[in-house]
This record gives sequence, structure tokens and C-alpha cells, in this order.
Amino acid sequence: MSDAREAMLGRIRRALRRGPLDEAATAPLAARLKEHKRNLIPQRAVALDHRGQVALFAAMAEGVNATVARVSAADEVPGAVADYLSRLNLPARLVMAPDPALEAIPWSARPLLEIRKGRAEDGDAAGVTACFAAVAETGTLMLHSGPESPTRNNFLPDTHIVVLRSQQVVASYEDGFDQLRRKFARQEGGAALPRTVNFITGPSRTADIEQKIELGAHGPRRLHIVLIDDDDGQA
Amino acid sequence: MIPTSHAFKENVRHALGDANLQKAMTNLRAGFVERRALMISRLPEWEDLRDQAVAIKKHTLANLDFYLETFEQNVLANGGKVHWCRDAAEANAAVLAICRELGAKTVTKGKSMIGEEMAVNDHLEANGIVPVETDLGEYIIQIRHEGPSHIIAPAIHLVKEQVADSFRATHTTLDPRRPLDDARQMCDEARAVLRQKFLEADVGITGANFLIAETGSSIIVTNEGNGDLTQTLPRAHIVLASLEKVVPTLEDAATILRLLARSATGQEFSAYTTISTGPRRAADPDGPGQYHVVLLDNGRSALLGTEFEDMLRCIRCAACLNHCPVYEAVGGKSYGWVYPGPMGSVLTPSLLGIEEAGNLPNASTFCGRCESVCPMKIPLPNMMRHWREREFARHLSPASSRWGVAAWAFLATRPRLYHAAADAAAFVLGFFGKARGRFRTLPLAAGWTDTRDMPAPQGKSFHRLWAARDRS
Repeated sequence: MSDAREAMLGRIRRALRRGPLDEAATAPLAARLKEHKRNLIPQRAVALDHRGQVALFAAMAEGVNATVARVSAADEVPGAVADYLSRLNLPARLVMAPDPALEAIPWSARPLLEIRKGRAEDGDAAGVTACFAAVAETGTLMLHSGPESPTRNNFLPDTHIVVLRSQQVVASYEDGFDQLRRKFARQEGGAALPRTVNFITGPSRTADIEQKIELGAHGPRRLHIVLIDDDDGQA
Repeated sequence: MIPTSHAFKENVRHALGDANLQKAMTNLRAGFVERRALMISRLPEWEDLRDQAVAIKKHTLANLDFYLETFEQNVLANGGKVHWCRDAAEANAAVLAICRELGAKTVTKGKSMIGEEMAVNDHLEANGIVPVETDLGEYIIQIRHEGPSHIIAPAIHLVKEQVADSFRATHTTLDPRRPLDDARQMCDEARAVLRQKFLEADVGITGANFLIAETGSSIIVTNEGNGDLTQTLPRAHIVLASLEKVVPTLEDAATILRLLARSATGQEFSAYTTISTGPRRAADPDGPGQYHVVLLDNGRSALLGTEFEDMLRCIRCAACLNHCPVYEAVGGKSYGWVYPGPMGSVLTPSLLGIEEAGNLPNASTFCGRCESVCPMKIPLPNMMRHWREREFARHLSPASSRWGVAAWAFLATRPRLYHAAADAAAFVLGFFGKARGRFRTLPLAAGWTDTRDMPAPQGKSFHRLWAARDRS
């Protein structure tokens, strides 16, 4: 349908009362893209030190019905996960994303936790994933797809447990974009971004029936964040 | 959907007498208006963010050809495809061709206003493919065979009893005696029914809140997670987007995202904001094998460079609907097509023509709330005024109102005559209305007196009182 393409571009140019942009005109536009300058970022998170940002992240996440459990080291994660499931009377069964960050956790310390590693399927009631970053400004988790992190694991299970290290907390979405760009720019000839980047702010919800908010519309009913406090105290 | 915008007055009569609708519309205020105000009060940078967002969109529209071409290049570089479509027919043909090539039988859909505009469901169904809406509100109106009444809460015109009736009529394999008294039960039922559809679907169709030129990505914003299951599980992801959705960079999208959820649902950020870039990568364990962007014009390029260009900044947050006294009173379906409320009153005449939709820009009190809450500062009342002027110039408005305006204009441009007429009217109406203080009926004014009394003038005209005040 290249006819349509030329026709649409032609209409746009006629409406703008000009022809195709020449190089002198496109150079600053291309530079703007390359520079991808930040616009105004609210002070809410950027004005805080990193400890403050971690605290803000937790408070904002709890404000949108996520739950946060703080632990001081990775080897406390299995216990925190087991306790969370048992407190809600949920079966001690998990599907775990095949992520090295999760594999490093000593799950065998809790032998009653039944863990299947891989892609979530229908019927997996609870799943655990790692994440890429967390945005303090709105209590938002940032995850992306890849061999170690299937996207469906973020959506199919009723209960989504996310293991987050406090060092992963950033102030703004823009900080997250920069980290993504750094990670994916390294891949030779690859795309600028992974197939999917999920910003997740609380569990799934809907208000489509009489504006009454119900959690767990299609995605997880519960979002539980296990926060490993690995901050070394630097600002 | 077949537009009934020309029958606006008839639609309104029906809506005002619809007890369910009137009850349902009372949810608007607590659901949207109050939560929005609270969220904005927590963000001191709100006004500056609005100004920056407007500047981003203006810059993009002035260079729209460049950003669309760049977007396409980057989609191609990531292994996706862009389908340029002048109108809904071309877009429907593109979607069908993709589905046919994959041998698709069922398609899941995230909520898309472009999909509504294209009536893509009708087109797929007519060609033997089953489309399933997965946003709860869209699913409800799909099984009821009706159109949306709100651009982000499509079933806001319904009360829960109507939803329960529709679920019972549709989910016939479930126990007919099951309780369906509250929203929780209905959400759970829809979740279970639609989960199977997600798993079975061959193709997933979503809309787009943004297209990112820099990366060739599309972004959707949802709360239910349906848009994510829709695009992750099937073999292909089709994005329906109109051409003004493009912005230059992720940073530009972030600025507008800070306005979107707060304006729309009164949330700091929606539950799910998802950036999709191309098809799944070779080593990815899931994700769609194909990524298509259906890029639709459908009359938008004709708005560029006109007095309606500002409308192309619209991010479909629905704040203007939620704050409109007319929308609140008559509901979205009165507007007769896909886009209701103030933004619809401007956009629908642009897309369907003033002959079909000339009533809509007249359905406004010009109170100005829509413009004041619009995160993108779109001068909606002004643009409705432009439509009224065009309608008047093309002799499309009714003869009675044309005569009325002509008579008023004659008087208003002749101050002496105007004052004499005003004095006479104040005297005559004051004399006859003295006893009661008000009129139940007046000749030529049934439109007023049918629904309320007209107060009788007391004493002199405003101009006379003002002049007397100045003298003293």
C-alpha cells in the first residue's frame, strides 16, 4: 500500500504548506531524537537521597494496593515468600522466571516451596520474577522481556511476586529509559529496546462496572514486592 | 457503527427519560472528577507539565511527516511492519489480510478507539473471524451489541443489574442460579471466560497511546492487563493507531504519560504502561511472532493547518467528558457515534461531516470546563464555535434559529433601536407579569417555558440601571 503512504505524506505536507523537509531541516530533528533530552521531571523523587527514594517507592507501591516485604539479604527471600503465601493461605507452589538473579537465591532453604522454573502457563497460581528497575516517583516496577524473563509471567499468575534490590530503585521513568538504553545499545545490530517493557504499578484493576474499583481484572490479583535492602548507604 | 449524530435531539429525549442511564451517570463525579482533582493537587509541576506537553505535540505536528517516516524506519529495523491507511476501509483490509495470512480464527482485542472508528469487529465478523473484546467495559458492550458511551469507560452508561442480565444471557453454560449481585462476582466471571479466549487467540489487536519515532515502539496504557495478555500470547500483534499518536522520544512520551493517567482515571500512573518494540526476539520464550502497526489517517491530515489542528493534540483521556454538564446529563450514546462529549463535538464533525454531526457543537453551554481540565490545553469551546460558524455559513442550522440570530444581529448593531426594544420588552413583560412574577407560557419561547417558568422583568433594563449608576 505504498500509494497510501505517499498520499498520506503528501496530504500532511500540503496541509503544512511545504514539500519534504530538506537536510538542513531534518538535521536538528534527527539531533533531537539522538539527544532524547529530558523534559521537566517532578521534584517528588529526584529531590530525595537514595534512601528516601526507596522509601518513597515502597509507600507509593503500597498506595496502589501492592504489598512490600523488606528483607536485609537475598537468603531471606525464600522465607519471606513462603511466609507471604502461607499468610494468605495460598499453596506453596511457584513458577519462577529463568532469571539468574532468582537462581542465585537459596530456595532450597525452604524445601516446602515447590518451584517450577520457566514460562508461566494457565493454572500457575503464583509466580516469582526479578525486575529491571523500580521508579520511586509512582511506585512503579519496570520489567522487560528476554530469554530470562518471559512477559507472560508478569500477567498470567493470580499472585505476582517480584524480587527487587533497593539498589535498583531509580527516581524517574527517564532514569529507567537510560538504563534500558545502556543495556541494549551494547547488542550489536540489535533493536534499541527489548520486545516488551512493562511498567507495573500495583495489581490489575478495573472500574468498568459502576466505577467501583475491583482488583484482579485480567492480570494478577495480588502484587507482592520482596525488597532486598542492599543499599550501602550512599546517596 | 452507523452514526446517529444527526438524531441528537431524539437521542437526548430518550436519554433523559432512561432511569438506568441517569442512575449510572451519577458515578461519574466520584469516579473521575474527585480523584483527578486529588491527584493533581499532589503534583506541583502540573501546569508546567501541561505547557511542555503542548509544546511537544506542536513540534511533532509541525514535523509530522518526518516523525512518521522515522517511526516507520525504526519499526522496520526491529522486524515489524507499518501499514499506511488513508481510511477505515484500507485499515480494515490491512487487518483482515494479516489475519488471513495467519489463518486466524479468533482475535482478542484490547480497547481501541481507532478500532471503534474503523468498526473493525464488524469487518472481521463479516469475514468469518471472531473478534473478542477483552477490556471488561468493551466486553460488556460487545455482548450487548452496543457502542461505547465513554472513551475510557465504555460501559459507564450501564448499572450492574444490566451487566448481570447480559452475563446470564451470554454465559449460558454456567449455572443459571449463580449469584451475580456485585461487581466482584462479575469481574471474576469475565476473568474466567476471557482467560480462555486469551489462550486460544491467533492474533491480538491493541490500540496505541503513543508511537515512538526514536525507537519504532508503540505504548499502551491499561489497568486490567488485558492489553498485555492480548499482545503477548497470540502469534501476531496488530497495533491500530492514528497518525497523530506519534511523539519523538520516550522522554516526550513520559511527559505526556504524567498527564494522562491523572487526567483520565485520577491515578498517579496506570497499572500497566507497556512499550512494545517489534516481534519477539529469537531467544525470547514468549511474545508475538509478528508486529504490525496499522497507521490510520481517516481525515486527520485534513485538520492540520486549519483552525481544528489543536484537536490533533488530544490524548483521549476523557477529562472533558467527565467534567461536561451536558455529557453528564445525556450520556455518551446521545452523541450518536464513537467520540462523545466535548472532544467528540469537535472531532465527530471533522470525521463524519457537519451534515451528520452539526448538532454536536451546539450541544454545549460554553461553560469552558472542558478546556480548563484538558491536559493538552485544547481550546474546545472555540473549536465548537468554529463549527457553529461553518454550520451557519452553510445554511445547515434550522430556519427558526437563523431568523432569530438575524433579528438579534439587526438590533444589536443598532444601539438606539436595541435600547428602545429592551425598554419596551421590560415594560410590557413587567406589566403582564406583575401579578405572578413569572410566566408559565410565552409566545415563541416554548423551548424555555416548557421546562421552567420565565421570570418577569422588574423595573428597568440593565443598560438603564448601568447608565443611572454611572451618573450617580
